[in-house]
Amino acid sequence: MNLNVLWEYANPVKFMRTTERMLPFFWISAAACLVVGLVWGFFFTPEDYRQGSTVKIIYLHVPSALMAINCWLMMLVTSLVWLIRRHHVSALAAKAAAPIGIVMTLIALATGAIWGQPMWGTWWAWDPRLTSFLILFLFYLGYVALWEAIDNPDTAADLTSVLCLVGSVFALLSRYAVNFWNQGLHQGASLSLDKEENVADVFFLPLLVCIAGFVLLFIALVFYRTGTEIRARRMKALLARERVGA
Amino acid sequence: MPDLGKYADTVLSAYAASIVLLVLLVVLTLWRGRKVRAEMAKLEARMPRNG
Repeated sequence: MNLNVLWEYANPVKFMRTTERMLPFFWISAAACLVVGLVWGFFFTPEDYRQGSTVKIIYLHVPSALMAINCWLMMLVTSLVWLIRRHHVSALAAKAAAPIGIVMTLIALATGAIWGQPMWGTWWAWDPRLTSFLILFLFYLGYVALWEAIDNPDTAADLTSVLCLVGSVFALLSRYAVNFWNQGLHQGASLSLDKEENVADVFFLPLLVCIAGFVLLFIALVFYRTGTEIRARRMKALLARERVGA
Repeated sequence: MPDLGKYADTVLSAYAASIVLLVLLVVLTLWRGRKVRAEMAKLEARMPRNG
């Protein structure tokens, strides 16, 4: 496969034309997976012998936490593309993804706290994974604030890209904290290639469908929001040209 | 409705909070997209006269 084909999508017109054709597929399949996965998980899975019915929160908590981290990693890749190759679409894709990351992190933190209250006896603990996730959330807020605070879009893209590189430490820490920090309340990863460590099959299959739903929703939102950012940028340029011409 | 036992409030509040946040994200995304699209169309319609 020729990877150079990917660079064609740095052209905003080509990017928008292609993603607009793909968007109906992503919206519909995301909605289908989310409805099937959540209905399956909520109505048709048993209680866990230790957690009781709170195990059903896994269908929201795990996919949202996964997307919170992967959204930042996607922003890291697009930020690097901006810094190295100066493709505006990649900088705008990172900008478009950040609010999605905020919502995913918020869902992961909220569902974790709601689950933690009856299971751990507390809403919050300064556990390595929880703390690194909270810091990741603050990085997301800072990232969005930085884009809004700077008028020049290229300067904003440069500075937010650097912030994204720094924040990646916490994104990785959030992902791997449970593996190398043997302290804190948070249990090990729910998903593992090791069958012994994985959640039981009865919970695993609907969880996989929910994860697919969150991934597809993320792609649909990023495509749509990037298109909006491209139009907003073009509109700004046209208005500036109109002002100069007047 | 499944029997959620003594954790019914916990499970339902987690689902309610998450679904509200997801719906808000999608609605605000579509709302802003349509607004920008409409403004852009208006601007492009005006441009040839000015240009």
